[in-house]
Amino acid sequence: MKLSLTWLKKYLETNATPNEIADKLTSIGLEVEEIINPTEQLKDFIIGEIKNVEKHPNADKLNLLQVWTGKEMLQIVCGAPNCYVGMKSVLALPGVLIPKYNEKLEKGKIRGIESQGMMCAEDELCIGEDHTGIIDLKTDLPAGTSVAEALKSDVVFDVNVTPNRGDCFGVKGIARDLSATGIGSYISNDVEPITGSFKSPISVQITDQNCPQFVGRYIKGVKNVESPDWMKESLIAAGLRPISALVDITNYLNIGECRPLHVFDADKLTGNITVRSAKNGEKLDALDDKSYTLSEGMTVIADEAGAQSIAGVMGGVPTCCSKDTVNVFLESAYFEPISIAKTGRILNAESDSRQRFERGIDPASCIMGNEIATRLILDICGGEASELVIAGQEPNWKREIEFDWNQVKRLTGMDIPQEKMVSILEKLGFKVNGNTLSVPSWRSNDVSCSADIVEEIVRINGLEELPTLTLRANKLPTSILLPRQKREVAVRRALASRGLNQVMTWSFMDSKLAAKFDSKGIKIANPIASDLDEMRPSLIPNLLIAVKHNQDRGIQDVQLFEVGPEFYSTKPTEQRLVAAGIRAGDFTTKHWAQTERVVDVFDAKADALAALESMDAPQTQVFVKAPSWYHPGRSGSLCLGKNVLAYFGEIHPAILKDLGIKTPVVGFEIYIDNIPQAKTKSKTQKPLKLSNLMPLTRDFAFVMDKHVEAAKVLSAIRSVDKEKITDAVIFDVYVGDKLPAGKKQLAVKVTIQPMDKTLTDQDIEILSTQIINLVKKNTGAELRA
Amino acid sequence: MQNKINTLKPDLLQKIEQANNLTALDEIRVAALGKNGAITVLMKELGTLPVEEKKQAGQVLNVFKTEIANTLEAKKKKLEEAEMNAKLASQKVDVTLPVRPNSVGRIHPVSQVMEEMLTIFAQMGFDLAEGPDIEDDWHNFEALNIPPSHPARQMQATFFMEGDSDKILRTHTSGVQIRTMENKKPPIKIVAPGRVYRVDYDATHTPMFHQIEGLVIDKTTNLAHLKGVLEEFLKLFFETDDVKLRFRPSFFPFTEPSYEADVGGSLAKSIGKEWIELLGCGMVHPNVLKNCGIDPNEYQGFAFGCGIDRFAMLKYGIPDLRNMFDADMRWIKHYGFLPTDIPTITSGLSLTAGSKK
Repeated sequence: MKLSLTWLKKYLETNATPNEIADKLTSIGLEVEEIINPTEQLKDFIIGEIKNVEKHPNADKLNLLQVWTGKEMLQIVCGAPNCYVGMKSVLALPGVLIPKYNEKLEKGKIRGIESQGMMCAEDELCIGEDHTGIIDLKTDLPAGTSVAEALKSDVVFDVNVTPNRGDCFGVKGIARDLSATGIGSYISNDVEPITGSFKSPISVQITDQNCPQFVGRYIKGVKNVESPDWMKESLIAAGLRPISALVDITNYLNIGECRPLHVFDADKLTGNITVRSAKNGEKLDALDDKSYTLSEGMTVIADEAGAQSIAGVMGGVPTCCSKDTVNVFLESAYFEPISIAKTGRILNAESDSRQRFERGIDPASCIMGNEIATRLILDICGGEASELVIAGQEPNWKREIEFDWNQVKRLTGMDIPQEKMVSILEKLGFKVNGNTLSVPSWRSNDVSCSADIVEEIVRINGLEELPTLTLRANKLPTSILLPRQKREVAVRRALASRGLNQVMTWSFMDSKLAAKFDSKGIKIANPIASDLDEMRPSLIPNLLIAVKHNQDRGIQDVQLFEVGPEFYSTKPTEQRLVAAGIRAGDFTTKHWAQTERVVDVFDAKADALAALESMDAPQTQVFVKAPSWYHPGRSGSLCLGKNVLAYFGEIHPAILKDLGIKTPVVGFEIYIDNIPQAKTKSKTQKPLKLSNLMPLTRDFAFVMDKHVEAAKVLSAIRSVDKEKITDAVIFDVYVGDKLPAGKKQLAVKVTIQPMDKTLTDQDIEILSTQIINLVKKNTGAELRA
Repeated sequence: MQNKINTLKPDLLQKIEQANNLTALDEIRVAALGKNGAITVLMKELGTLPVEEKKQAGQVLNVFKTEIANTLEAKKKKLEEAEMNAKLASQKVDVTLPVRPNSVGRIHPVSQVMEEMLTIFAQMGFDLAEGPDIEDDWHNFEALNIPPSHPARQMQATFFMEGDSDKILRTHTSGVQIRTMENKKPPIKIVAPGRVYRVDYDATHTPMFHQIEGLVIDKTTNLAHLKGVLEEFLKLFFETDDVKLRFRPSFFPFTEPSYEADVGGSLAKSIGKEWIELLGCGMVHPNVLKNCGIDPNEYQGFAFGCGIDRFAMLKYGIPDLRNMFDADMRWIKHYGFLPTDIPTITSGLSLTAGSKK
């Protein structure tokens, strides 16, 4: 909320500077986001009085001025046509920064005559656009005074009012809070009640419980003139556009008193007024030039012709005041905050009035609000006031709180003397009677319990005396990560060390793309963008979009991973933690020492295996099965029986094509929540068994049907003797002319580690035969002759 | 015998001296010491000498034989060394050629900073808690003293889930306070980091960002402890003792009193400000305790919440929040951390950020 210093001073008598006021406001929770001080940059300019004007001897259009600075007479060359003897204008002395040019003024000679300063026009000071002549200050202030004082441009505070402080959406409330700090004293702007000279021809009745009270008044014979300057200036400073006196007065009370009002053109009303619930489908053309369709439950101010105003939110065009308005009906009412908030939200109608009502205005302000507004109307627009028309009753806002004065110490650790606490509360308008506190009407929407009272006391008292206490650790520093979170940390570092870069992408994505990734249909009702409308069922699509993003910027080889949630339903238990990565383009780039190679399925498999290893997952089995977004022939899963820990593979070319990605992409997904916890909690390792005997190796070449899985061959070999056979590596895969069609050859190097005694040739022969036989039995492979 | 040696010796020594490769040298060795070599022949002659001459001649011949053998060996070593040097000279490569690429990836600054924060809070005795991203109205709003139509709901523009009006994307991590208090009796001392969501997208806001929530509930913890914990945390996190903390009264429905904590000192000065708004905090509102079945007359405590992304930006000089989530390789290579940069209290929390050189 914006308010000018002048306006504030109508409610607060103070000698404090704008900066002091701003600091105080911030310290009591009314944060000043900005002090706008247009004359701040003019403080170095002074008033110069022109004592003599004569023509420049060398130039027709220039004058030679004698200017009095209050201390000395200066000779100044000036081109302005409007200078006259006795004129007080803005004088810049050498060294002063001229805002328009952002340069400091220097002494100089103009057409051979020295000029000892400069008289300024509006545009040169950046306070206006006029350059037809120098500024005529028309002031009584003596020469030498700072121009900032003569121009009297107002300081404006931009205050961030928190939603609990409905009372501070008015200058009055801000001033009242400030006065409690002792920075100034509060001035009431209440007026003497105006005695009406006639009975209002319009009566009011309330049938909607969301309006406990309505105070109206008929004023006849007004003239809707232009508002006086002081009012216009205040409104402009607050960011409002002055319209006409009747409208401006309601705005002035809205911001000044935090008292929203409405003025109807009484001649446009039909019959009497009823505050009632809207009828379904009832329409109103409102003052924001929109047409609203109302529904039951919304409170309206209606006449006999229909709804004329959306209560507390916005007035209607048919009954609004114009330049020709002569008779008015002034409304000052109270509406329940929740009802206003609901109506405003449903209609999506924003107004200063709604903002105040929904945060809760002073429930005791209906009558005085009407009186102040009437006073202003009579003073500015003339006319004759009726008696007040009062419907309903002031809502019951009275609240008492039993307060234990020790609460302040208990909750804050601060020792504040009770007398001081009492004094603070009284200055804030509370009535203190022993331990019983009465909340003032303007705080009744907000202060309701002991903690609120503690806040009030501490807010005004300040926190200078707040001690700093250490919260002793009640246990030894220890790992606080759950096993799953440890895995999250480990897998991040493992994947990064493999060359993948960690990214964080949105938890949401395009539902059209999600459809290709086993969409779970968890849509966002109000997405930030239409292509971010569904909670992601997989991390892969966002990573693919990231690939595209990078490739569009000239980076073809992309290596990324993310560890984050996937969503399978809106239930808390169906959010699962996944680590996923992708590699696009070349795995090894063109380089003198290596051959270029594009990424393939085994890069993704290696990443997945390394990731699982970093998370201490048990040995997995590889299955040739993966979701539809992978290449059906180049993908697989890593499982423990039916439990899938990971998928890996080349991303399906059709998906890449749809996304406009031209390089191959491989990826993997690891379901961290599926990894079982280690069974043993023991930290000690199994003892290491070392043999002093040399290991030996034997090579085997097996020929088999080409669909036989290599893993079966390896597992057969290992199972021959789990102790002695320590390794089996496939060092060649051959498919080609030298073999019958449909066959492949795998060459395996088997490492045999004798444990207790050296193996004889015969022992090795037996082991080799066992290997050959078991491989044949399990896979049908023959040893190559 | 001496005469024969005198004739043989200069000739042999000269030949050895002149030999310029190992083959030539070996030929000389065979000619002298081989089966039919000159010295071997002399050795054989010894047997024909009379007994009285035999001893002396034998000694002389042995000395001679040893001298030649040593000279040969010395020459052999010299030639071998020369051969090795010649071979090495021929094997020279250009060591200025670049090495085989070995790319190491980077850790995202938000993850890094989250680990830093957890390291500090673990040391201070906090436990870790979690909650779901898709939250229900009760945990995100109602239990936190934000009833429907409360204007505070508008402070946090909320994403709603389609077809399930009770479900939203959590707007803050404060819901974890409720989930924790519903399931655990005081004393409670937790932090809860995570993703949060608001309908907001401009230079300083993204629809998704990260928060860490802190909650302490027991019978005595008060505002002064909150100040102490935050000061300690900030000093450890920013690794400076020059941390000035200011509590500015503010409003959050779930705390009373509520404060914005601003930090001053060298940290603020480094970005040209007197104070930087850092986090929101306060004493847990009695209604919140009641909503979780905790008696506010017996228990009390504080809560705080801060933006992890913002802390990362501040600590590591990252200019634009939006880049955190656009997965740009150039950005992550520049602002990311090496996998070996593991934050610990002992080795320092802030390690060299990624490509900082």
